[in-house]
Amino acid sequence: MTDAALPHSAVEADAPARRDFGLKRRHAAERRFRMYGIVAIFIGLGFLAILLVSIVSKGYTAFVQTAITVPVEFSADIIDKDNERATNPRVLVSANYPVIARNAVAKALSVSPDDKAAMREVAKFVSDGNRATLRQIVMDDPSVIGTTRNVTLLAAADIDSANKGQVDLAVPQDKRKVSDQQIAWLDQLKAEGAISTPFNWGLLTFGASSRPETSGLGVALAGSLYMMAIVLLCALPIGVAASIYLEEFAKKNRFTDFIEVNINNLAAVPSIVFGLLGLAVFINFFGLPRSAPIVGGLVLTLMTLPTIIIATRAALRSVPPSIRTAALGVGASKMQMVFDHVLPLATPGILTGTIIGLARALGETAPLLLIGMVAFVADAPSSPLSPATALPVQIYMWSNEAERAFVERTSGAIIVLLAFLAIMNIAAILLRRHFERRW
Amino acid sequence: MSLETVDTTSAAPVTEPRNAPPKMQGDKVCVFYGAKQALFDVDLKIEQFSVTSLIGPSGCGKSTFLRSLNRMNDTIDGCRVSGKITLDKDDIYDPSIDVVELRARVGMVFQKPNPFPKSIYENVAYGPRIHGIARNKTDMDEIVHSSLRRAGLWNEVKDRLNEPGTGLSGGQQQRLCIARAIATRPEVLLMDEPCSALDPIATAVIEELIDELRENFTIVIVTHSMQQAARVSQKTAFFHLGKLIEEGKTEDIFTNPRNKQTQDYITGRIG
Repeated sequence: MTDAALPHSAVEADAPARRDFGLKRRHAAERRFRMYGIVAIFIGLGFLAILLVSIVSKGYTAFVQTAITVPVEFSADIIDKDNERATNPRVLVSANYPVIARNAVAKALSVSPDDKAAMREVAKFVSDGNRATLRQIVMDDPSVIGTTRNVTLLAAADIDSANKGQVDLAVPQDKRKVSDQQIAWLDQLKAEGAISTPFNWGLLTFGASSRPETSGLGVALAGSLYMMAIVLLCALPIGVAASIYLEEFAKKNRFTDFIEVNINNLAAVPSIVFGLLGLAVFINFFGLPRSAPIVGGLVLTLMTLPTIIIATRAALRSVPPSIRTAALGVGASKMQMVFDHVLPLATPGILTGTIIGLARALGETAPLLLIGMVAFVADAPSSPLSPATALPVQIYMWSNEAERAFVERTSGAIIVLLAFLAIMNIAAILLRRHFERRW
Repeated sequence: MSLETVDTTSAAPVTEPRNAPPKMQGDKVCVFYGAKQALFDVDLKIEQFSVTSLIGPSGCGKSTFLRSLNRMNDTIDGCRVSGKITLDKDDIYDPSIDVVELRARVGMVFQKPNPFPKSIYENVAYGPRIHGIARNKTDMDEIVHSSLRRAGLWNEVKDRLNEPGTGLSGGQQQRLCIARAIATRPEVLLMDEPCSALDPIATAVIEELIDELRENFTIVIVTHSMQQAARVSQKTAFFHLGKLIEEGKTEDIFTNPRNKQTQDYITGRIG
């Protein structure tokens, strides 16, 4: 029985007359809301732009380094005074190479080696880090001793800053680190074409150093790479296995609910807590070495696991149930159903989640501070057990340094880190695009 | 149960004596979803090499009964079955029975066509592969070929076996699912409203196919369309509110129902 025959009440009878009231108000509300949205987007983009511009404008100069190309005399008197290199190779290692570099530049500037004051200025003009470059040349080919050849030497950090126009010459000479004499020399060498600014490979290869011009991200990159490899090797299999079990096999009961709640809670635990956990468990209990990428990798694994589990479970859940029933319907066992049908369809989601988890781990600093990865490590780690630092930690350490040259290096390192994060996120998007199936 | 007995397709005895033992039999089958009882004491015999249709209004338990025949209900949390269902005298809920083997013997086609998002060939080959039916590539090609031919799809797809099965039309997808189901050489084929997502032309093709498949398979079909039940089945069972109200030869049910509820349903007064 329908109620169509009921008489309309007074309210109902009025309805057509009132029908289009408020349209203007509704449209205005919608326009307002769109405006808010656009304003919000512009504010967000604005801050992003400010951030990027400030980092890039401070940091791009870190990617070039001032170098001086001068004829260097590999004087036998300085390197091997007593001519004993045939019997004692250590002579070549411990020779006073900085003097050779200094003398070469002094000669190019026509400074007399007897002018002690001028020689002190010259000593501050070239980097002490040229020691390694020159030593390498001599070690590779001892016959170079006694001859002269053109070598590209690193300029000192302050000269590098001056060459990049970062030194304010209006400041009185005694209040700045670069003297008028040095500026004059710089201009003289520039005029002679001896000054060049090649790409600063050292930024990506050198380890820690107290001299900005010879400090780089080499150790940090190696440490981060080891840690990412460990995170990938540990977190992906554990996370995927745990998610598959929870999503496909485990009975839904209070215990699994409890586990699920705790996984979600773990994802929200501040990262420094994971650092403390790593210190207590991996270093104090298991006795793993301090400052080592293996500990960092394991701590970041713990931190990344919840992210990967949550992403994997979401990916598994998004596989349509009809695929599961189809597989079971032809007699597939549960495991065949999961591995032959569900998992391949969930792969893009799992990979995306994993890469985003890895990217988060790559940028993590706090837990690494607690396990001692904030250290002065000059040599590249030969294995995950040797001391290393990580990219974000290196940024943190450089940002504490006072020299002008470290400021640009800090921003330069941030650019490197952001580039890696961008590459990883783009990879996640491309993978998703490539594997995504439509049905 | 052993898979050696599965190969009934080649034997193909079309005419079965009327008094032959039923292929499958439900005996006081009750199904519970949690505390809610969905089926009440259903006794139903399913004859070999014939089509049995299960009809009734929505929520009457016909799909539940169908799914309990190959234990697809096992996948639903909180589902419980009591009573006894036999396949050739074997109790399919006996702990010694593995669902993998059961589902190889009792295949299923679902309401919505659900091909795997893989190639047409792979869709059909998957079942035989996991059950080890094909000994080599030649065997597999033969199984895929004959299954697609039986499902009436071979001529339409023979040139694009490597294209995804999801790219076919709805009717073709459903026939692909039928080919996939018969590729494991089941003895019984369960169909859960196989035509409800299809247009009338595709439906007619499938109905014709069901009639042909009857020669080699025992078929149980759930349908909402009484015309379809009348067209394709030899035996019809009418379910209402979880109970089996009436069962019998299809022509008897539709022309001369004994029960008033059955009569009301087939004349369109309930449902």
